[in-house]
Amino acid sequence: MAYTEEELKKELETKEYEYGFYTDLKSDTFPKGLSEDIVRAISKKKNEPEWMTDWRIEAYRVWEKMEEPEWANVRYQKPDFQAISYYSAPKKADPNKTLDDVDPELLAMYKKLGISVDEQKKLQNVAVDIVVDSVSVATTFQKTLAEKGIIFMPISEAIQEHPELVKKYMGTVVPKTDNFYAALNSAVFTDGSFCYIPKGVRCPMELSTYFRINEGGTGQFERTLVIAEKGSYVSYLEGCTAPSRDENQLHAAVVELIAMDDAEIKYSTVQNWFPGNKEGKGGVYNFVTKRGLCEKNSKISWTQVETGSAVTWKYPSCILKGDNSVGEFYSIAVTNNYQQADTGTKMIHLGKNTKSTIISKGISAGKSQNSYRGLVQIGSRAENARNFSQCDSLLMGNECGAHTFPYIEAKNKSAQVEHEATTSKIGEDQIFYCNQRGIDTEKAIALIVNGFSKEVLNKLPMEFAVEAQKLLEISLEGSVG
Amino acid sequence: MLKITDLHAQVEDKEILRGINLNVKAGEVHAIMGPNGSGKSTLAAVIAGKEEFEVTKGSVELNGEDLEDISPEERAHKGVFLSFQYPVEIPGVSVTNFMKTAINESRKANGLEDMPANQMLKLIREKSELLDIDRKFLSRSLNEGFSGGEKKRNEIFQMAMLEPKLAILDETDSGLDIDALRIVANGVNKLKSKDNAVIVITHYQRLLEYIVPDFVHVLHNGRIVKSGGKELAMELEEKGYDWIKNEAVV
Ligand SMILES: Nc1ncnc2c1ncn2[C@@H]1O[C@H](COP(=O)(O)OP(=O)(O)OP(=O)(O)O)[C@@H](O)[C@H]1O
Ligand SMILES: [Mg+2]
Repeated sequence: MAYTEEELKKELETKEYEYGFYTDLKSDTFPKGLSEDIVRAISKKKNEPEWMTDWRIEAYRVWEKMEEPEWANVRYQKPDFQAISYYSAPKKADPNKTLDDVDPELLAMYKKLGISVDEQKKLQNVAVDIVVDSVSVATTFQKTLAEKGIIFMPISEAIQEHPELVKKYMGTVVPKTDNFYAALNSAVFTDGSFCYIPKGVRCPMELSTYFRINEGGTGQFERTLVIAEKGSYVSYLEGCTAPSRDENQLHAAVVELIAMDDAEIKYSTVQNWFPGNKEGKGGVYNFVTKRGLCEKNSKISWTQVETGSAVTWKYPSCILKGDNSVGEFYSIAVTNNYQQADTGTKMIHLGKNTKSTIISKGISAGKSQNSYRGLVQIGSRAENARNFSQCDSLLMGNECGAHTFPYIEAKNKSAQVEHEATTSKIGEDQIFYCNQRGIDTEKAIALIVNGFSKEVLNKLPMEFAVEAQKLLEISLEGSVG
Repeated sequence: MLKITDLHAQVEDKEILRGINLNVKAGEVHAIMGPNGSGKSTLAAVIAGKEEFEVTKGSVELNGEDLEDISPEERAHKGVFLSFQYPVEIPGVSVTNFMKTAINESRKANGLEDMPANQMLKLIREKSELLDIDRKFLSRSLNEGFSGGEKKRNEIFQMAMLEPKLAILDETDSGLDIDALRIVANGVNKLKSKDNAVIVITHYQRLLEYIVPDFVHVLHNGRIVKSGGKELAMELEEKGYDWIKNEAVV
């Protein structure tokens, strides 16, 4: 790639235009509150076709009559939905801002994570002249994808450029009125990713929003749709490991995955939104609906590392509709201080010989509460369905809690469902043993936690795993005195 | 090297060490024997700095430095090593990874860079051969599912990797079969030099045939009640502890 810097710059400029990442920069923030007019205005702002507007309105009308769910093992002040602004212009880089203006604590954290200075600037909305590395990665990346016929773009663009695909699939896995937060998202989502892998294509690289160089801050109401056509394969990474102190109080995302016959989708997430401070003030409420649909012989794997948010409510699920389809869920959820997480999965076995695996690792420290909630449902026609679930909890200190709520509903006698659960504590003896070998307590905890989480960390793409490991370390820093 | 003076230590108001005096010089091997519950492991833990035990009186000095305010990891960085009587399990952390972390933490504390990977591999190869350890073993989770003897051998492997100044072996011989005992003892002997010292805690004379002590001490009720040369171990093997207990009472 013998690009000169000048050429790169030019290419970057045209790309920006071509992909329209920065449209609407001049637009203002909408007034607070939610109404049909606001929903219409969002749709209009995004220049959406009528069917999209109608879809949003339908979702809004149902949402209006819904109640916020109460069954999760979390306690929080309910958001005031009329006090939120549902559309605000993407943040623009402030030309006068330098890294000196950024919270030094945050910068120290970036350093620990090994994030480059340019990347740091981007994360903090500091103007970046040109990031040669990312640009070349991004451009070669777009080219390779285009050659294979892979579509990877913001969903708002997909609505414009591939309306037939979006229209056909959006809401088919998570119906727009599925639950309170999904309905809200359907009405007001502003952006997210769209990904389409054509028949028989193996996506040659990990698709990551991280590489989408113009990606602004994560949307409050993100919507992601991934479609893997017959016999295709894709690995998708969501989030980046840099801590983002989003001021948004409420995040309600929807992710839909569709794996056609013989296709495979791997979806990995690292989530580390602001968890609130040590006293439990502030922090993000993260209410996410993620679900995948598996056709015949297909496979969907969810892997997640959750360390952020004040309240997490999230159950990536698989509907194993096709015969011989496979669903997997690998999760590490860390809670510290006053964080609360209620997370798990649903494996819905509908087809014959369907298989699912659930490995959940919960780590609780401080005064936090960490709950696993999992449903394994075997339909009456799901002959020979099999599930294996393992839920391990690791406790640090005496003031935190770990809870496991497994639900099993088997309507077919041939089902084999296995559930294992363990709870352990980081023992003084383990720490002393490490200390005796010259490893201080902080590092000892990191080592023990990494060991505990290994089965899940191993499922992440290599680079991501290394970052996730560092993230675990940082999240638990200072949790044992 | 190690100087213990009138050491008293307690846990939950129960006094376990009740005035220990011990002087270990570089190049020496000391054996500590004594009945169950006499305080041998406690003494080892106090030397290593376990905070659970509260030192109420007396002192532990390493090369002239009082260890009172020195954390366990700093003691390790200064060359104190304890082979545990009951090594703990750390699931998911391989022996290799654990050793790599331990070595590099000590190096960092002593102002050195991380050990280069090839040097680390070489060291691992060398020391695992010395102790006749199958390399596959080193990728297993630390002590998880190890047999009793394997755990002990692994402790000595760690000792060999860390090359401590002062090694305390707490009943490293219990659980070892006859061949393993010889291998482990050989390993310890190979690492012995005029610059380091070893304290061997044991119930059996057998180990002391391989690792020959310069001094043998008998601990009873939190005190050293008798010290002597290697023949004392022989005498204990023959006569048990009663005569010493009686002597101590008188
Ligand atoms: N954490 C603790 N809490 C209460 N008592 C303790 C604790 N640790 C040790 N002890 C007591 O202190 C005494 C000495 O224990 P220690 O383990 O030092 O004995 P030992 O000489 O090593 O015995 P053994 O030969 O059986 O290994 C015992 O009575 C033991 O019960
Ligand atoms: Mg003992």
